[in-house]
Amino acid sequence: MSETPIVSADQIAASAPLTGQPMVKAEQVWKSFGKLDVLKGVDLEVYPQQTYVLLGPSGGGKSTLLRCINHLEKIDAGRLWVGGDLMGYRQRGDVLHEMRSGDVARQRSLVGMVFQRFNLFPHMTAIENVMESPIHVQHVAHKQAEAEAEELLTRVGLREKLDVYPAQLSGGQQQRVAIARALAMKPKLMLFDEPTSALDPELVGEVLDVMKNLAREGMTMVVVTHEIGFAKEVADGVALIDGGVIVEEGPPNEVLVNPKEERTKVFLSKVLA
Amino acid sequence: MDADKVAAAGGDPAAAASRPEAIKAIPVRHWGRWISAIVIIYFVVALLYSFIKNPNVQWSVIWHYLFMRYTLIGVANTIEMTFAAMVVGAVGGTLLAVMRLSANKVLSTVSWVYIWFFRGTPVLVQILFWGYIGALYYRLYLGLPFTGLVFWSTLAADATRHIIVVAILALGLNEAAYAAELVRAGIISVDAGQTEAALSLGMSPALTMRRVVLPQAMRVIVPTFGNETISMLKTTSLVYVLGGAVELLGRMQQVYAMTFQIIPLLIVASIWYIFLTTILTIGQHYIEAYYGRGFGQDEAEAAEKRAARRDLRRAGMSHV
Ligand SMILES: Nc1ncnc2c1ncn2[C@@H]1O[C@H](COP(=O)(O)OP(=O)(O)O)[C@@H](O)[C@H]1O
Ligand SMILES: [Mg+2]
Repeated sequence: MSETPIVSADQIAASAPLTGQPMVKAEQVWKSFGKLDVLKGVDLEVYPQQTYVLLGPSGGGKSTLLRCINHLEKIDAGRLWVGGDLMGYRQRGDVLHEMRSGDVARQRSLVGMVFQRFNLFPHMTAIENVMESPIHVQHVAHKQAEAEAEELLTRVGLREKLDVYPAQLSGGQQQRVAIARALAMKPKLMLFDEPTSALDPELVGEVLDVMKNLAREGMTMVVVTHEIGFAKEVADGVALIDGGVIVEEGPPNEVLVNPKEERTKVFLSKVLA
Repeated sequence: MDADKVAAAGGDPAAAASRPEAIKAIPVRHWGRWISAIVIIYFVVALLYSFIKNPNVQWSVIWHYLFMRYTLIGVANTIEMTFAAMVVGAVGGTLLAVMRLSANKVLSTVSWVYIWFFRGTPVLVQILFWGYIGALYYRLYLGLPFTGLVFWSTLAADATRHIIVVAILALGLNEAAYAAELVRAGIISVDAGQTEAALSLGMSPALTMRRVVLPQAMRVIVPTFGNETISMLKTTSLVYVLGGAVELLGRMQQVYAMTFQIIPLLIVASIWYIFLTTILTIGQHYIEAYYGRGFGQDEAEAAEKRAARRDLRRAGMSHV
């Protein structure tokens, strides 16, 4: 991996004025699918330049929480802000107004998301995947978008793979393209939903390396992962989610080393076994 | 792998010995295949012979009419009807499919009713229906009703034009119902993760549909739509019921009604239909290849070519 930073200095500078104010703030967030309550009052604060790791057993609501943060799911109760703005709603007095899809899209463009199953666009080459959104959403000129995409892909170690379609890439390479694609929008916040869970063991490292670099360069990240080593190394905060609530949270050397809650202990013993 | 190549080129005996000799075995003889092939060829040749030598086929008549101006205009009208009807069908079908999948209950119900109606009645009935409606009007126009705004119109005086437009409407509106189901199936076949990824990148729902979902749906849609086009080519022959001898079959029929050379003229029509179908099949192959990009077998090679072109462009830019 290259030594040059993946995130530009202006991007970090742009987020600096927000220091003091959380990048993500969730207040008593509830979400249900039909009768099933999936999130039951989640409170969360992630500050600029922090890496926040979400752990927990399958079905606990981690993915749902991430999807609520960028408004892929509408929350049923509570409030959720990103960069100080309410996601998906506009508040006038005491009344909430739903945003139009164009405005929601504009909010989402500031939040990058990386998926367990990569979700690259299979009909576009690696570089076309990365250029797609800057060109069609931000209306960046083609040449500039191409140059920036090439730079991003070079930085995640894929300069040789610019013109290759996703089907011809390994899982680890696809996930690195996906990270570059999200970064191309110059997001203020990156969400990762189990980015290494679908990878062969020997490919996990290359993706985690990219994420560690991002964390060190000051990108604000919320990461769902079972990679305890990654959490210990770069996380500023860790939370264990189970049954739709945050069971325990704190700095990694407390939660991961000396957990207080029984459920955390049980979960860690399973993951580390 | 590279090491292997080097070793082979250098003739290193140790490396050469490490790979065992390729298998040389006598393949199984498939006698059954040979015998059945010979029998079938025998019958096909006999059939062709009896056909070609049959004086009733009248090859000279076929030859006479095959490239006659009268026939060629019929062929042109058939092509025009086919393409225009498929364009109406594709555009209408895509609209109907998006309406059908929309959260707006009015839109999805209207789409459902449309598809139900147009798939529920025979296309021949629809052609006749439009034909008689068309006959009620002195002209057909495309514009905004009541506003006097007219983009395009036909005068009933030009009977051929009138029938062509009526046929395009009948065939196109019918095709839209089938195309709608096809496009809908294509859209549904695209993984939901694609939409999520696009939305998370800040794309609007409409942009997501246009740039991400539909191009992938095309992979499912194109082969079937190609079939539908080929089928449409031949369905245009039903338009002969409107009279006026506009398209290929109608014109051939007009001729044999007078000359009674029924078989030779039907053969002329068939030759043209087969020729046009062949052209469409070839076109379909290329369109499928385009929408299948990213999935081909020769991808590695294609990627190298694209990379080489990129290197050339880079070199070009550095000179400037
Ligand atoms: N779109 C949905 N419709 C219905 N149930 C859902 C949906 N998405 C998630 N769920 C349910 O919500 C619960 C939490 O899911 P999820 O957030 O994916 O958990 P995790 O990511 O922690 O494994 C699960 O029981 C899951 O079945
Ligand atoms: Mg999950």
